[in-house]
Amino acid sequence: MKLDLQGLAARHPAARASAAPALQPLTLQVAAGEQVAVIGPSGAGKTTLLHALACALPPAAGALQLDGQSPWALPRRRLQRLRGRLFLAPQVPPLPPRQRVVTAVLAGRLPALGLWASLRSLVYPHDIAGAHRALEQFDLADKLFERVDRLSGGERQRVGLSRALLSPAQLWLVDEPLSALDPTRARQALETLVGEARDRGVTLVATLHQVEMALRHFPRVIGLRDGALAFDLPAAQVTRERLERLYAQHEHELVGAAPAGPAATALPEPAAPAVMHCR
Amino acid sequence: MNTSVLRPAAPRSPAPTRDPAWLARVFWTGAALVLLWPLAVATEFRPWTLLEAQNLKVTRQFLSGFWPPAIEPEFVGMLAREAWRTVAIATAGMTLALLLAIPMTLMATSVLSVSALSGRMARLPFWGRQVLRWTLIVLRSVPELVWALVFVRVVGLGPTAGVLAIALTYAGMLGKVYGEILESGEPHATQTLLRNGSSRLQAFFYGLMPQNAAELTSYTVYRWECAIRSSVVLGFVGAGGLGQQMDNSMKMFKGDEVLSILIVFVALVALADRVSAGLRKALG
Repeated sequence: MKLDLQGLAARHPAARASAAPALQPLTLQVAAGEQVAVIGPSGAGKTTLLHALACALPPAAGALQLDGQSPWALPRRRLQRLRGRLFLAPQVPPLPPRQRVVTAVLAGRLPALGLWASLRSLVYPHDIAGAHRALEQFDLADKLFERVDRLSGGERQRVGLSRALLSPAQLWLVDEPLSALDPTRARQALETLVGEARDRGVTLVATLHQVEMALRHFPRVIGLRDGALAFDLPAAQVTRERLERLYAQHEHELVGAAPAGPAATALPEPAAPAVMHCR
Repeated sequence: MNTSVLRPAAPRSPAPTRDPAWLARVFWTGAALVLLWPLAVATEFRPWTLLEAQNLKVTRQFLSGFWPPAIEPEFVGMLAREAWRTVAIATAGMTLALLLAIPMTLMATSVLSVSALSGRMARLPFWGRQVLRWTLIVLRSVPELVWALVFVRVVGLGPTAGVLAIALTYAGMLGKVYGEILESGEPHATQTLLRNGSSRLQAFFYGLMPQNAAELTSYTVYRWECAIRSSVVLGFVGAGGLGQQMDNSMKMFKGDEVLSILIVFVALVALADRVSAGLRKALG
C-alpha cells in the first residue's frame, strides 16, 4: 500500500484544542512494499504518526492518501473496509486475558472472514496449522493452546506480532514491537517481521527505541523530534552525529535498549478474581 | 549514564501545601447530608419504635405462629411441585428477556461504535443509541406487577402472565447493565479489532465477550435469582407457583406453611449462589 502524507498534522485525542499538535505538519511518501523504521525520543510523536496512518486519528491539518485514496473522504462503511487492509499492532498487546492463544492469533484474519466463518472458528479453530506456522516464526509454537494470561509480557507481545502474519493487510503499522523482548528474541522478531513484509510486498512502518536494531534491519530510517521530521535517510547514511542531535537531552534513551525490566521475566500472575459490583 | 539528567539534586518547585480536592469533597458531602435530612423526615424514619416493649410483644406473638414449620408429606410434595413451577417461570422469563436484551445491548452500547473510533460519535448512530436506551428505560420502569395485571387480563390467570411480565421488565434491566458492563471493561482488545477492520459482531465475539464473560454471567445468574423472587410476587396475582401458595397460606393465617415456603425460598437462592460461584470460577 502506498502512503502519501502532505503536511499532515495530528493531535493527541485527549489534548486540548489550543495545545500544539503532537505531530507537526509532516510531508512524507512511502512506496508500496517499503520497510521504514521511525525513531526518536519519547514524546516525539511516533505513536501519533502511526495512529494517523492507521486512520485512527483524523488529521488536524494537511492530507493523507492511502493508495491514492483519501480515507477521511470515504463514507464510513468504505473506511471500515479500508481499515481491513491495514494492520495496526499497538504497543500494549490487544489480547483478552482469558482467550486462548490460537483464537487470539486467528483473530488477525477477521477482516477476511465472514461472520459465520468467524463464529465457527470460535467453536473450533479453522486454521490450527496456520496459527502454528505463524507462532513458530516467533518461537512460540508450544504455547498454541495456552491462555493469554498465562504468558509473560514478552510472549504476549510476540503473539500480538504474529497476528500480522495471518492478516490480509498490505500495510503493517507496528508500535514498539521490541519493548518487552530480550536481545535474541528482539532480533528474531524483527528479522521475521521485515523478512515476511519483504516476501509479501507489504509496506511496513515500525517505531523503535532500539536504534542499532533499526539501522541494521531497515533500509530506510525516519527520525522524529518534537513532532517534526528530523531526517529521512537510507540506514547507511544515518551517522552518529545525526543520532546524537536527534536524542539531545534524551541521551539515556540512545545508549542501547533498556535492560529487560522485572515485568518481562517475572512469572505470570494468577488471574485476578472478577469483581462483581452491586447493581 | 548521566545521572544528573535523571535525578535532580534539589526539587525544582516547592511541594503543594493543600490537597486541591478537599474543599470539593467537603462541599458535596455536606450537600448530600442536607438533601438527605428532608428525606428522612418525609419517610418518618424512626426505627427505634421497633424496640419498644409493646411492639416487641406483638412481634413475638406474630412470629410464634410460624414455628414449627409444616412438614406433612403431601404438603412438602406440593411445595416441591410448586417450587419447580416457580423455577420454570423464572427461567422461561429470563430466557425471553435475554432474547430481547442481547440484540438491544449490542445496538445500544457505545463500545462497538465505529464512528467513535476516530473521535466523537456521528449524529445518527448517537441518536439511534439514545432511542434504544429510552426503550430500555420504559421497559424497566413499569413494575412487574403492573405488567402481570395487564397480561392476566389478556391471557388469563396462570404462568404465562408471569413469564411475560418478567421477560419485559428484565429485558430492560439486563440491557442496561450489560451495556454498562461492556462499556466499563477494558476496551483495548475490542478497539484494536475494530481499528483493523473487523465487523462489529466479530469484535464482540472475539474481544468483548472473552473480556467480560465472568461479569456478564454472574450478573445474569443474580438476575435469575431475582426472577425467582419476582415470580413469587407475581403468584399473588394468580400467576401460579410458590407465590400463589404463600398467598393462600397467609390468607388462612397458617404461619407454619408460610415458614416452610420461605425455607424452600432460601434453599433456591442458596442454590443460585452456588451456581454463580461455580460459573465465575469456570469462566474467570
